[in-house]
Amino acid sequence: MINNIGTELKRGVLTENPIFVLALGLCPSLGVSTSVSNGLGMGLASTFVLIGSNIIISLLKKVIPEQVRIPAYIIVIASFVTIVQMVMQAYLPALYTSLGIFIPLIVVNCIILGRAEAFASKNNVINSAIDGLVMGLGFTVALVVLSTIREILGANKLLGLEFIPGFKPMTIFILAPGGFFTIAFVVGLINFFKMKKEQK
Amino acid sequence: METFMSLLQISIGAIFIQNFILSRFLGLCPFMGVSKKLSTATGMGIAVIFVMTVASMFTWAINHFILEAYNVLYLQTIVFILVIASLVQMVEMILHKYSPVLYESLGVYLPLITTNCAILGVAMINTGINPYSGSPFTFVESVVNGTMSGVGFLLALILMAGIREKIELADIPKPLEGLPIAFITAGLMAVAFLGFSGMQLR
Repeated sequence: MINNIGTELKRGVLTENPIFVLALGLCPSLGVSTSVSNGLGMGLASTFVLIGSNIIISLLKKVIPEQVRIPAYIIVIASFVTIVQMVMQAYLPALYTSLGIFIPLIVVNCIILGRAEAFASKNNVINSAIDGLVMGLGFTVALVVLSTIREILGANKLLGLEFIPGFKPMTIFILAPGGFFTIAFVVGLINFFKMKKEQK
Repeated sequence: METFMSLLQISIGAIFIQNFILSRFLGLCPFMGVSKKLSTATGMGIAVIFVMTVASMFTWAINHFILEAYNVLYLQTIVFILVIASLVQMVEMILHKYSPVLYESLGVYLPLITTNCAILGVAMINTGINPYSGSPFTFVESVVNGTMSGVGFLLALILMAGIREKIELADIPKPLEGLPIAFITAGLMAVAFLGFSGMQLR
């Protein structure tokens, strides 16, 4: 049972953060985290898909036969992704172009199928919706952290505005290698603090 | 000769310049998951090449003859993922029946491939514009693109596995052990692959 939204939120964002702790959904998190607006857009889009698919799958959990559950889940998820794709293309065309191929690829984001299989197929609607929300928020927070670091170091900008006047940005942080380095050091830092806490 | 050059260009682009893992960030989950041992990495890479080639053929045909012809392109995501999932299942069944040896070595990787974003990624890229010719991908071009993207995937996976086997023995700061050091390694490899950008065949 979900008793406290606060502890749930802590679970999604900190202790079971999908990217930093569980290492799921790595492709979109590195691919789109070149700027904060991209990261935020991707995070919110994935959160919407996660909540929607969790709700539908928990509603249908008795109807879907055990043997074909994975294809059934994938169809539900793909439908929500198509909704996101159409809405984004209509109302946020700039974000749609800059996220590009990563929008349809939300379908194969392991977090979403993972939560459907591990949580929504066993729990009731409200709990599944909350689980989708906290996991989605954890994903969004992680994306924003990564993209803030990369945008500041790589372009000397934050949300498109100049950050430190006169600072020469290290372009490599927006390119592919920078994505790997950023996530490596963020995860390393998290491990470092975890170990310090355990030592006490 | 012209077609050969354009196919060569696509191949080099897919393997080196726009390497699926190191510059496009597609297929990172299996890249991190199965790159601990050289033998599993090779098996996974070959399975990916196989599925990517078959998936490129089918998705191109479906996109061209059904989705475009009947003007239902908005169904692309749903149709592609279903086609890929059933293809993987079919490949698994066919291998199981006709080539038990191959099934033994590739079988365990096949279920993992459905959720490998590199496969859906290559299908999506094949529906777009060929950057070298400026016109949509033809059937042959998209199949070559699929196969060669798979080769690029295999190359990155094998390089990574080779390095990771050595790293196991190295003395690494405690907090960086495991995933972080793998990411740093991948980052350094990506720096090396940046050197290929700008390479052009004339």
